[in-house]
Amino acid sequence: MEHDHDHADHSELSETERRVRALETVLTQKGYIDPAALDVLIDTYQTKIGPRNGARVVARAWVDRTYRDRLLRDATSAIAELGYTGRQGEYMIAVENTPGRHNVVVCTLCSCYPWPVLGLPPVWYKSAPYRSRVVRHPRGVLLEFGVTLPADTEIRVWDSSAEVRYLVIPERPAGTDGLDEEALSALVTRDSMIGTGLARTPAEA
Amino acid sequence: MPYTTHADLGGRPDLGPVVQEAEDSVFHAAWESRVLALSLAMGATGCWNLDMFRAARETLPDYLDLSYYEIWLGGLEELLVAKGLVTAEELAAGRARHPPKPVSRILTADQVAARLAKGSPTERTVTGSARYRLGQRVVTRATPVDHHTRLPAYLRGRTGIIERILGAHVFADSHAQGLGEDPQWLYTVVFEARELWGTEAAPGHRVSFDAWQPYLEPA
Repeated sequence: MEHDHDHADHSELSETERRVRALETVLTQKGYIDPAALDVLIDTYQTKIGPRNGARVVARAWVDRTYRDRLLRDATSAIAELGYTGRQGEYMIAVENTPGRHNVVVCTLCSCYPWPVLGLPPVWYKSAPYRSRVVRHPRGVLLEFGVTLPADTEIRVWDSSAEVRYLVIPERPAGTDGLDEEALSALVTRDSMIGTGLARTPAEA
Repeated sequence: MPYTTHADLGGRPDLGPVVQEAEDSVFHAAWESRVLALSLAMGATGCWNLDMFRAARETLPDYLDLSYYEIWLGGLEELLVAKGLVTAEELAAGRARHPPKPVSRILTADQVAARLAKGSPTERTVTGSARYRLGQRVVTRATPVDHHTRLPAYLRGRTGIIERILGAHVFADSHAQGLGEDPQWLYTVVFEARELWGTEAAPGHRVSFDAWQPYLEPA
């Protein structure tokens, strides 16, 4: 593969677009796919299923102790109570960050990620640097995300090797006692539910 | 032909820094969203399973040079040709030249929401009980295998503790090879980082993964 890496970006992009268009045309002509279904699938992951779902789960867990207990005991059912189920979230486990313990999720083998609560994974989650490094040097990776943890905090890295999907429940920030569930959910970032971030404080939001 | 995965990256050095991105960034070009949708729609035909799709992606020789959705595109094209649903010539021409092969289902727009909400649960009921108990020390299989597997190389031949029993689940190794669901007990196994990385490991760092019973032996 000695060819033209210098101007690969532009030419390969258009080549990829051509391939995708050709593929879609052939599959449509063969009748294997319903083109309208493709549009619904794309719209679903662009506008309906994303990290705001997970943020609602976390906010509920923060305000409702019995919900938090159910979430830790049987996350699949507790998350389904809020209407989030199905593909890539069929078997959910919620892991809770505490002052002494921080959880981080990865899939070193591909890109397993809890779609119903977080949507599609960000590029960095699927990419070689994150997948290779976070199991080995989690503190270094967290530092790049701006997260510094006390030296005695236990760090648990969850490698999603099977069809179990993990949701991190970040710690509830200080100074949020008066906030309702909706205001709290706005503090819950996607990264805080992967474990590469912390929930925002009201001042940061 | 030996099976080679290019996706087994845990612990590998020198793959560069993590590049962050904004939370609202889902697709970076329209074609990416088409590849996602085509992959899901073709997966719904039942012509292959998710483990076969993973195997097709991870064996792409230029895996590390491809972007994520280029990997999906390559895996999808490969499966379509391998299953006889399209020919390479049709893909090159961008036109169907042969009659379609019958498929068992076609995902229609009105079915999408229900299909996604249902997903494809992998937990199964099996007779017999789990071989390992909570807290038991186990050692992972030390040798590589000549097929798709979900035991990462960095966890081979390592001693850990059974932390959770997750029920019996479709066994990815068998499923990817077309050998059926072959459900096996699945466990969360936790390792001290020192067991994986030696003296460079920071205290208080642990790694866990979900291991099917055939990956494990008593320690």
